Amino acid sequence: MSLVATNFYGLVDGSDSSLKKFLSTLPGVDQVGAEARAAMLATRSIKTTSKRWAIDTAISMVDLTTLEGADTRGKVEALCTKAVRPDPINLAVPHVGAVCVYNDMVGIARHHLDLVGGNNIPVAAVSTAFPSGRASMAVKIQDTSDAINAGAGEIDMVIDRGAFLSGDLIGVFEEIVKIREVCGEKAHLKVIFETGELVTYDNVRKASYLAMLAGADFIKTSTGKVAPAATPPVVLVMLEAVRDFYAMTKTRIGVKPAGGIRNTKDAIKQLVLVNEIAGPEWLTPALFRIGASALLNDLVMQRMKMDDGYYASPSYVTID
Amino acid sequence: MSNRIDIKKTYKLYIGGAFPRTESGRTYEVKSSKGVFVANPCLASRKDLKDAVVAARSAYPGWNKATAYNKGQIFYRIAEMLEGRRSQFVDEIILLTGVTKLKAEKEVSESIDRLVWYAGWSDKLSALAGSTNPVAGPYYNFTIPESMGVVGVIAPEAPSLLGLIDAIAPVIVSGNTCIALASSKAPLPAITFAEVLATSDLPGGVINILTGKSSELAPWFASHMDIDGLDISGVPTKLRGELRTAGAENLKRISSFSAASPDRILAFMEAKTVWHPIGN
Amino acid sequence: MTFEYAPAPESRSSVSISPKYGHFIGGKFVAGTKHFPTINPATEEVLSKIACGTKSDVDAAVKAARKAYVGTWSKMSGKERGKYLFRIARIMQERAREFAVLETLDNGKPIRESRDVDVPLAAAHFFYHAGWADKLEYAGLGTSTKPHGVAGQIIPWNFPLLMLAWKVAPALATGNTVVLKPAETTSLTALLFAQVCQEAELPAGVVNIVTGDGSTGALIVNHPGIDKIAFTGSTEVGKIIARAVASTKKSVTLELGGKAANIVFDDAPIDEAVEGIINGIFFNQGHVCCAGSRLVLQENIADEFLEKLKIRMNKIRVGDPMDKNTDLGAINSQEQLLKIRELTIAGDKEGAQRWSPECALPSKGFWFPPTIFTGVTQGHRIAREEIFGPVLSVLTFRTPQEAIDKANNTPFGLSAGIWSEKGSRIFWASQQLRAGVIWANTFNKFDPTSPFGGYKESGWGREGGRHGLSAYLKGFSHE
Repeated sequence: MSLVATNFYGLVDGSDSSLKKFLSTLPGVDQVGAEARAAMLATRSIKTTSKRWAIDTAISMVDLTTLEGADTRGKVEALCTKAVRPDPINLAVPHVGAVCVYNDMVGIARHHLDLVGGNNIPVAAVSTAFPSGRASMAVKIQDTSDAINAGAGEIDMVIDRGAFLSGDLIGVFEEIVKIREVCGEKAHLKVIFETGELVTYDNVRKASYLAMLAGADFIKTSTGKVAPAATPPVVLVMLEAVRDFYAMTKTRIGVKPAGGIRNTKDAIKQLVLVNEIAGPEWLTPALFRIGASALLNDLVMQRMKMDDGYYASPSYVTID
Repeated sequence: MSNRIDIKKTYKLYIGGAFPRTESGRTYEVKSSKGVFVANPCLASRKDLKDAVVAARSAYPGWNKATAYNKGQIFYRIAEMLEGRRSQFVDEIILLTGVTKLKAEKEVSESIDRLVWYAGWSDKLSALAGSTNPVAGPYYNFTIPESMGVVGVIAPEAPSLLGLIDAIAPVIVSGNTCIALASSKAPLPAITFAEVLATSDLPGGVINILTGKSSELAPWFASHMDIDGLDISGVPTKLRGELRTAGAENLKRISSFSAASPDRILAFMEAKTVWHPIGN
Repeated sequence: MTFEYAPAPESRSSVSISPKYGHFIGGKFVAGTKHFPTINPATEEVLSKIACGTKSDVDAAVKAARKAYVGTWSKMSGKERGKYLFRIARIMQERAREFAVLETLDNGKPIRESRDVDVPLAAAHFFYHAGWADKLEYAGLGTSTKPHGVAGQIIPWNFPLLMLAWKVAPALATGNTVVLKPAETTSLTALLFAQVCQEAELPAGVVNIVTGDGSTGALIVNHPGIDKIAFTGSTEVGKIIARAVASTKKSVTLELGGKAANIVFDDAPIDEAVEGIINGIFFNQGHVCCAGSRLVLQENIADEFLEKLKIRMNKIRVGDPMDKNTDLGAINSQEQLLKIRELTIAGDKEGAQRWSPECALPSKGFWFPPTIFTGVTQGHRIAREEIFGPVLSVLTFRTPQEAIDKANNTPFGLSAGIWSEKGSRIFWASQQLRAGVIWANTFNKFDPTSPFGGYKESGWGREGGRHGLSAYLKGFSHE
């Protein structure tokens, strides 16, 4: 159990009243203003050398994900190979940030990554009754420790949105604290809000602080199962939260948008947000990840175009 | 009948709800239409104007804040008071202008009716001159007419009562306060009207009435930097250019009119547009 | 890691600039006599030579406008007039890229703003007013409304094309004809607009454009053949115009200066308020009459807020206006730059604290970094005078009433901003503020349907919406 999680950065004492008091001091988010800011940043034109840099950076930040009922050993192994060598004919392409799978696939993924030269790529496991979060605490704890025992280096837990929306903020907080304890020093904790269900930016801001106080290493937008997911304004609000939390605590919390980021243009918009909202210190896989699957191939294709000077075809990109 | 000597009225100024004499000590002679001395009203000075502007400015926030309903009620109250004293006005108008009784009564009736007409406008101005504006974006956007502050009024020489009320009523019904310069030839109904105002529920300072010479005072109205608007309906056309030139120093809103109209109210109002985002 | 944005310049290929221009009178381009250079303020490159309108040019333009008014425009039905405005709007949209590039070259504003704000809004103004042309009797301005006749219109250099649209669209919709003078330093988009009039087959003389300096403007203001003056510019010139027409029958509308307060209460949505302050003063290099040039900040959040503001200011990208990523472009002219310098030096001398982010300014052209002054009081010149540049004066307040009192403590009354999440406070403040446009939790938003204009020394009349129409109809403006 980390020190941080025991004293909550000295900002709250773990009680319901102190948590409520802290969260009530957060300023509101004006929806129109936040969306206008995100839209303005989306007009940034990233060309030539900076685009090349952004593509490689984005690839290194991808949490390459498969979260399907139909996932099999074969599917997961193929994904792990892809994670290590996104473009098998060009080994200059960096490997991804992590592979993200369901809990029962963690062992397979870990084993295969080690086999194909990806021993430096962590496996992230979705946890705590992903994606709904509807299970007993005992099940959630078991779910998490199973994943860690199978070799997960990162835990992507979901919060109980029902509890959050009904006002049981301390309940949500305590769940995160407990999962944080289970992770200990063995796994990084990413906390998924499912922003499409929290709906308002005020809730996103509140959830961000709640999770950071409870010991999250990363805050993550979505499960990928609910739309809208990682929209630019949602990510903007979360980046503001980690920036301001750093000012309070000198601790940098990571951000992971997931869901809906499908092409290079979307990914570069995310990097622009990181650069101009949180700051360049966050432009590292240690502090920013993009949860995606199809995105990786588009990044690889755009990279090919930049190398070759003509547009690429999907025939030249592996489909795994 | 007895040989009783009647008590003659001293006609003073009306500033801040009180009836002071002019600070200058000056008066001028007003004669009846037949050339007989009637009274020595004040010949107001520019310093009287200065004092009246201070009174009007300090009365402005309160009057501007009064609800439209309340303003309309007070207008109606003024009309009630005027109706109750109509014979006094009829007498004064006849005495000073020599018009027939029928004509004098008509002027007083019209004056009362004009007050009642403007009374009804107080709570309809935003419907008339306001709008919600369908901007191309997630914003609620509306425009409302709002009073502009302190307005000067140079009332016409004639008709002395109706001309004054015609100029004052549209100025203050929106929430402005005013300083009016009465007809110089027939100023007495204006001061008697001030007595009506003093006994109505109108707060002191909302209407201030000066008597004196337009040729002397109008340029001081025009150049006064704390007067926001000026009705120059009572100024001869050929003299208006000079006043407009002086008024340019603070970009005073200067207008003149020939008839009662809501445009006369709106000429001394500003349009304020407010934007607010629509979001959750 | 650093994420440097490589240059992303917009292409100049869409525009072709003639080496020399004349005036647009009676539907034709006519040669001028004297010329002066127009330069790109970002590079000091001479773009072209602009004619300086003389008395005979203005006479010819007024004559052409009168002829068009009497012979064509006043006889045409509103329905047909409206169609010309629709045509103009469409052509402006079709040639939007060209207009945006030309505007940025001539004015120095960032291409992002000319592309996303100036040009689309200009076209929108023509669309909006096109629809009014055949509905004037329903505008609630009386059923027998009549145009003035020939309108003389003088516009500023800060939004050259947009201000043209604000002037020309309502004038034409209401049936007036126009003699328009663009600002001395920014004539090119007006001359391109003349081409649009030709493409739209607008009858000759309905729009006439005479370029020139202040002397040309004075010729228009004082011309006996002009029925209505519409001016946007400085309060100083506005007063000169008001005096010049005082003894005439000319109707006048004026859009003048401002010193807007942008009030931030402690319950504001802070991040959006920071954005609003940035947008309020750094949009268009602060060359905006309604710019939020005074930040009136609640004292209990001042330190925290200013820290955030400075962090945000560090992200402002200053430089080549043609670069799509530029946020703050060039100051429009040497003259304006000197004025900004003079006032900011006064700020230093009067003891206010100046701060600007580190930013490298180009060696050629006219540049001023984004700047804030803290420790400013109402007694400082930089709190009272319009700087018309990227310079923000920061004042603090303790109570809501004090904020309002400071905001209103100016001869201007164009605009004001309020940042608070408390509904009743927003309505209270918007009632108390003596300004024609109140932006609550937003700033610097414009729309053709929304009346714009000021109280007090910020001008006479409104532009936009139903209220704006009245400026071009008899009986409603100052006359």
